[in-house]
Amino acid sequence: MAKILAVDDSASMRSMVAFTLRGAGHDVEEADNGQAALDSAGNHKFDLILADVNMPVMDGITMVREIRTRPGYSGVPILMLTTESNPEKKMEGKAAGATGWLVKPFDPDQLLATVARVLG
Amino acid sequence: MSKVDLAQFHKAFHEESLDGLDAMEQALLALDEGADDPELINVVFRAAHSIKGGAATFGFTDVAAFTHVAENLMDEVRSGRRPMEKAVVELLLRSGDTVRDMLALSMAGQPAATAESQALLAELSAMVSGGSAAPVAAKAAAPAEAIEGWDIAFRPFDYLLKTGNDPARMFRELAALGPLGVECDASKLPPLADMDASSSYLGWTLRLDAGATRAAVEGVFDWVDGDCDLTLTPRIAAPAPVAAAPAAAAPPRAVREPAANSESSSVRVGIEKIDTLINLVGELVITQSMLSQFHDGVDASQLEMLRHGLAQLGRHTRELQESVMSIRMLPISTVFNRFPRLVRDLAQKLDKKVVLDLRGETTELDKTVLEKIGDPLVHLVRNAIDHGLEVPSKRLASGKGDTGTLRMEAFHRGGSIVVEVADDGAGLNRDAIVAKAIQRGIIASGEGMSDDAVADLIFEAGFSTAAATTDLSGRGVGMDVVRRNVMDLGGTVGIRSVQGSGTTFTITLPLTLAIIDGLTAAVGEETYIVPLVSIVESVQVKPDAVRSVAGGGELFRFREHWLPIVRLFDVFGCAGRRRALDEGIVIVVEGEGTRIGLFVDELIGQQQAVVKSLEANYRRVAGISGATILADGSVALIADVTGLVRMQGRRKAA
Repeated sequence: MAKILAVDDSASMRSMVAFTLRGAGHDVEEADNGQAALDSAGNHKFDLILADVNMPVMDGITMVREIRTRPGYSGVPILMLTTESNPEKKMEGKAAGATGWLVKPFDPDQLLATVARVLG
Repeated sequence: MSKVDLAQFHKAFHEESLDGLDAMEQALLALDEGADDPELINVVFRAAHSIKGGAATFGFTDVAAFTHVAENLMDEVRSGRRPMEKAVVELLLRSGDTVRDMLALSMAGQPAATAESQALLAELSAMVSGGSAAPVAAKAAAPAEAIEGWDIAFRPFDYLLKTGNDPARMFRELAALGPLGVECDASKLPPLADMDASSSYLGWTLRLDAGATRAAVEGVFDWVDGDCDLTLTPRIAAPAPVAAAPAAAAPPRAVREPAANSESSSVRVGIEKIDTLINLVGELVITQSMLSQFHDGVDASQLEMLRHGLAQLGRHTRELQESVMSIRMLPISTVFNRFPRLVRDLAQKLDKKVVLDLRGETTELDKTVLEKIGDPLVHLVRNAIDHGLEVPSKRLASGKGDTGTLRMEAFHRGGSIVVEVADDGAGLNRDAIVAKAIQRGIIASGEGMSDDAVADLIFEAGFSTAAATTDLSGRGVGMDVVRRNVMDLGGTVGIRSVQGSGTTFTITLPLTLAIIDGLTAAVGEETYIVPLVSIVESVQVKPDAVRSVAGGGELFRFREHWLPIVRLFDVFGCAGRRRALDEGIVIVVEGEGTRIGLFVDELIGQQQAVVKSLEANYRRVAGISGATILADGSVALIADVTGLVRMQGRRKAA
C-alpha cells in the first residue's frame, strides 16, 4: 500500500482524508500547511501527496513548486484538493507541477477512486 | 467501497469553523480600524473558504451555500476588485454571526437555513457583483450521443512526466471503459545520448471500442489538458432522444431560534506542555527506581541518599502537578477576543467613542473558569459603556478627550488571577446610589458610609431592577448576579470609583477550580474543609450572645447582626464531641450575600485541597461540594457554603 501525505489546514478535512485512506490500507502522514509538508517530505519518501490550495504559512501551489525541486519528487503524483473550480487556479497548480486535482466537496468514495486512479 | 461515517468529523469541523469565525471577526475589526495588511484579508477569505469546503464535504449544504457567497465577496476584495469598505465589514461581521448560528443548528441536526440567514444571503448576493446565490451550479447534462467508440490522438508535451502524470496509467483508465487498441509513435525519440529520462518523446493513437460518454473519456485526460496535443473523435451511430434532467430539489427552509453554543469539552494543548509532562513523568520513574533500592530497608550510610531521593520525589511531584494543571489552562485572550466586536457595536449604538485597551491577554486561566467568566465580563463592559463612559460632548465639556478608554487587563497577583475592567468615565454618583439604596430599603441612610461602602451597594440584590435598567446593560440582571457568578467560581469582585474620572471593577479569581485553599475543621471523628474564600471570621461564641428562636433555631450576635448557627454535626448526622457553643468554635461564612455561623469542634489548620468529585464517585450530597484526601490518607469532605446557606434558608422558611 502507498505512503501518502495529506496536507490541509482544516483538521476535520485532513482527518477525513487520512481516516478514509488508512481504512483502505494506506500509510498516511498529515501536515497542516505547505511548509510542514515540505519538512515532512524531507524526512520521508511519499508515493502520493494530497494538498489543499489555500493554507496559511505556505499555500499548496507554492508547496508543489518547491517540492518538485526536491530530489526524488520530480515525478511523484501530487493532487490538489481544491474548491477552486475556476480554471486559472487549476492552471496555476499545474504550472507549478501538480499532477491533478480533486474538487471539494468530495466524499470518501470519490477520494478513494481518485487515489486509485493516480496510483494505477 | 468505503463506508466511512462522516459524522465522526462533524465536531472537529464545528470547532475549527468557530476558530475560523473568531479569526475572521478579529481580522475584520482590525481592517475596520484601518489596518492595511493583505494577510488580514486572506484570513477572512480563508475562513469563509474553509467553512464552505468543509460544510459541503460534510453535507451541511445550507452553510455551504451561505459561505459560498461570503467567499465570493471576499474574493472580490482580495483580488482588488472591491475596496474593503465599511459596508463590506459590516455585512461580513453579521455573516459571521449568522454562520455561527447556522453551524449550531447543523450540529443539532436541524436545517440551518433560517429566515434571517436567507435575508442576509440575499444582501450578500446583492453586494457581490452579478451576484448569484446558487452555490454549486449543477453541471448541464451534455446531449446524449449514441457513441460507438472513440479515436484518440494523444501526444504529451515533453514535460508531462514531470507533473507526475503517467500515460500508461491513463491508458489503463481508458481500458477500464472498454477494449482499447494502442499504437505508439516513436518517431520523435532522440538518440540515446541526448535522451532525458524525465522527458516525454512518444505519441499515441488509441482506439476505444466502447460507447463511453465524452465526459468519461475527457475525464481521463482532464489533468493533462494543456500539457498535450489531444484530439477526441467519436464514432457516432444513430441519434437518440435526450433525457430530461430531474428538477433540482428546493433547499429546505426553516425558521428557528439559534441553538445555544455548547461549551466544548475538549482542550487543545500546546505540544510543549505535553513534552514537559512526558519529561516529568520520566524523571519520576527515575526517582522511583532510585527509591526502590531501599525496599529492603535502609542502613545509616544510605540515609543521605534516601533523603535526597525523597526531596527529589517531592519536587517532581509538585512540578508534575503544576504541569498537569497547566493543561487545563488557556489564555484569557480566548475570552477577551469577543470584546472588540462588542465594544464597537455598543459604542456605535450609543453614539459614544470608545477605545478598547486589552492587556495581559496571554494570562492563563482554568478552562472552566474561562468559560464562566465571559458573561460577568460582558455585563461589566456593557455597564461601563452604557453608564460609565460619557457621550463625546459631555466628555469635552468636562475637559476630557472625546474618546473614552475602556481597559480590560488580566494579570497574576499572588496565587490568583486578577481581571480588571476600568473606564475613564464619570464614575459612580454617590448621592444617586445612596438615594436609590434608601428607596430600595437596602440601607436606612448613607451617613458615615465610606465611598467604597457606597460603591459596594450596587452589588446588593435588589439594587438594580428591570425598571431601572436600559435595554443595553440591564436586561433585568443586576450587579448582584455578576457577583454571584464570580463567587460561584470561588472569586471576588471589588469596585473602585472616583467621581469624574472613572470606575474600576476588579475580579479576583482562583488559578484553578481543581485546588482550593481551605480551613480544616474537626467535627467528632470527621474532618471538614471550609473554602477560605467564603470565610469571614472564626469566633468563639459566648452563651449570652445567643438567642433561641421559635422552631428551635439559634441566633448569635456577630457585629451588628444576628446570624443563624448551623451545627455541622446536625446537618451531616455525625457525632460532634462538643455540644456547648462556648466549647467549640463558630466559623462565620458568607454565601450568596448571606452570612451564617458554622459550629465545629475545633479548627485544625489551613491547607490546599485537591477537589475530588463526590458526584462522580458516590452521589450528590446536599451541603457538600466535594471531597479531598488528607495527608494521612483519610478523606475529608468539603463544605458547600452556598448550599448550606440555602439549606438554612429553607429551614427558616419551613
